[in-house]
Amino acid sequence: MGLKKNAAAVTKEPKAAAPKPGKERTNSLLYSQKLAPYLFVAPFVLVFAIFYIYPVISSIIMSFQEVIPGQTHFIGLTNYKRLFNGDLGQAVLNSVIYTLLSCAVVVPVPMLLAVFLNSKKMVGKNIFRSVFFLPALVSIVVAGLTFRLIFGEMPTALLNNVLSNFGIKPIKWLGGPAQWTTFFALLVLCCWRWTGVNIMYYLAGLQNISVELYESAEIDGANAWQQFRSITVPLLKPTFTYVLTISIYGGLAMFLESYMLFNGNRSPGGAGLTIVGYLYRLGWEQANFGFGCAVGICLLVATLTINLVQLKISGFFKKE
Amino acid sequence: MRKTPKGIKTRKFSWTTILLLLLFVLLAVLILIPFYSIFLASLRPSTEIMRQGIGLDIDLSIMSFDNYRHLFSGQTKYFTWFFNSIKITAVQTVLTLLVSAFVAYGFAMYDFKGKNVLFTCVLFIMMIPMEIIMLPLYQLTIKLGLMDSMWGIILPAVAGPLPIFFFRQYLSGISREFLDAARVDGCSEFGIFFRIIAPLMKPSFAAMGIFVGMNSWNSFLWPMIVLRSSEKLTLPIGLNSLITPYGNNYDVLICGAVFSVIPIILLFLIFQKQFIAGMTAGGVKG
Repeated sequence: MGLKKNAAAVTKEPKAAAPKPGKERTNSLLYSQKLAPYLFVAPFVLVFAIFYIYPVISSIIMSFQEVIPGQTHFIGLTNYKRLFNGDLGQAVLNSVIYTLLSCAVVVPVPMLLAVFLNSKKMVGKNIFRSVFFLPALVSIVVAGLTFRLIFGEMPTALLNNVLSNFGIKPIKWLGGPAQWTTFFALLVLCCWRWTGVNIMYYLAGLQNISVELYESAEIDGANAWQQFRSITVPLLKPTFTYVLTISIYGGLAMFLESYMLFNGNRSPGGAGLTIVGYLYRLGWEQANFGFGCAVGICLLVATLTINLVQLKISGFFKKE
Repeated sequence: MRKTPKGIKTRKFSWTTILLLLLFVLLAVLILIPFYSIFLASLRPSTEIMRQGIGLDIDLSIMSFDNYRHLFSGQTKYFTWFFNSIKITAVQTVLTLLVSAFVAYGFAMYDFKGKNVLFTCVLFIMMIPMEIIMLPLYQLTIKLGLMDSMWGIILPAVAGPLPIFFFRQYLSGISREFLDAARVDGCSEFGIFFRIIAPLMKPSFAAMGIFVGMNSWNSFLWPMIVLRSSEKLTLPIGLNSLITPYGNNYDVLICGAVFSVIPIILLFLIFQKQFIAGMTAGGVKG
């Protein structure tokens, strides 16, 4: 295949009617419409090959090995047989619960808020928009530190202090005896960071809906709720799907929120252990690369499957 | 007493407005509380914070700018980290924009063999959280000798899938006949890109610049893995290294954290529109 192409290129060159080979060569390179796209795309191909294909392949190989510096050897499927252990199960469970909870809040609520914010009756839109967006500018280190202090277990820490006004005793929020407190803290942090961003996505989506639709609906006597249900919701569906997709992605890949809230990857009883946290533990705390890669490969397959299914459902393949 | 229809309407109008306003003011306050409380904490001695956590009350007797004075005294590595972050963010943003625009141009303006396969690869990267391949990527970084260097952070992300996707989308609005006109005038394929197309892409560069820049400035996990020596750390990693169970660095940590947010917020207030466009750029439909 490659040879054939070369041959074609060689036979074409004399036709370019220039005998001087050196300069003409670079010129024809610069002006060739056949070659140009490959040169433009080349950086991507390089990056993709070096930083994606190679790691994935080496990851597949390592997943069948016990990786010890100097004496790495193949151990067959042993790593994969070890997958079904309590810690990984806990990590997957935590990640899935977190994803479900966060999607239940951070996908529909911003949609409602965006609709309210977009309504003609609202005042001070720009100020609220800016305020809601502020948390997205803050690095997870600063956000995590702040929320760790807010959720402190001392009675004087912000949240416990506020709750004490209502007669509620201080709660050990992070890694306390009840699991829900940990999830609650993670969820609050998630809402704080992403509500504003998701509102912006929905607001952008709302701008694409023609005002005339609402006007004619109003003439037909549709009330606000009916307009919302039969115009806004169906026309916001693409935005909704997008926000849902990134929320699932973000939820399943969540690690730093827990890492920062628990001051490292060591929450008591694994309350804040997530899938990525588990990978991090295997790689950097236990230097267990072979097993880490086996977990990584399974996650890769799972992610791709979820994505393909989702694209299939959303009709992506039909369009192309 | 009967009201005119108009009167009812204005009254209804004002009630919903007031309710909405109340709701949004409440939400805004909730969102601002963490900012407010961490700012107050930065003015208090760290021993106080270790003992009591952070609160909302202003106690002028223990509040002072001592923490900030200490931060600016140059006794800490804070500003080394600050400038490392600025340097990495600048280099990463410029390189990523250039390379991604270059690649996107190839995808948008030409038909070539393997185009669809390659573009599927772009989508493929977009779907895979980088965290999943971080173990082998880490080993590769060691092999390439890129550990503890900013190139180890920048190179894997230099052909960013989202910028490529975004730029391709943007470029698909430019007609190809436009390019033919330039070709007739004797412009080379690369001349067309640099002289004609790149200037046209300015608005999309602004949006993506903010997207890439913000991600780079706040990036945490991968730099934490790559960077080792304490004078090479970026701001988030440096701040994180101050978090110890003993809390002896909390004064620098907290006011350093606050100070790291201030420039971004100022930039945001000036370039609000571009920030929001840039950081929600992923929402463009394919």
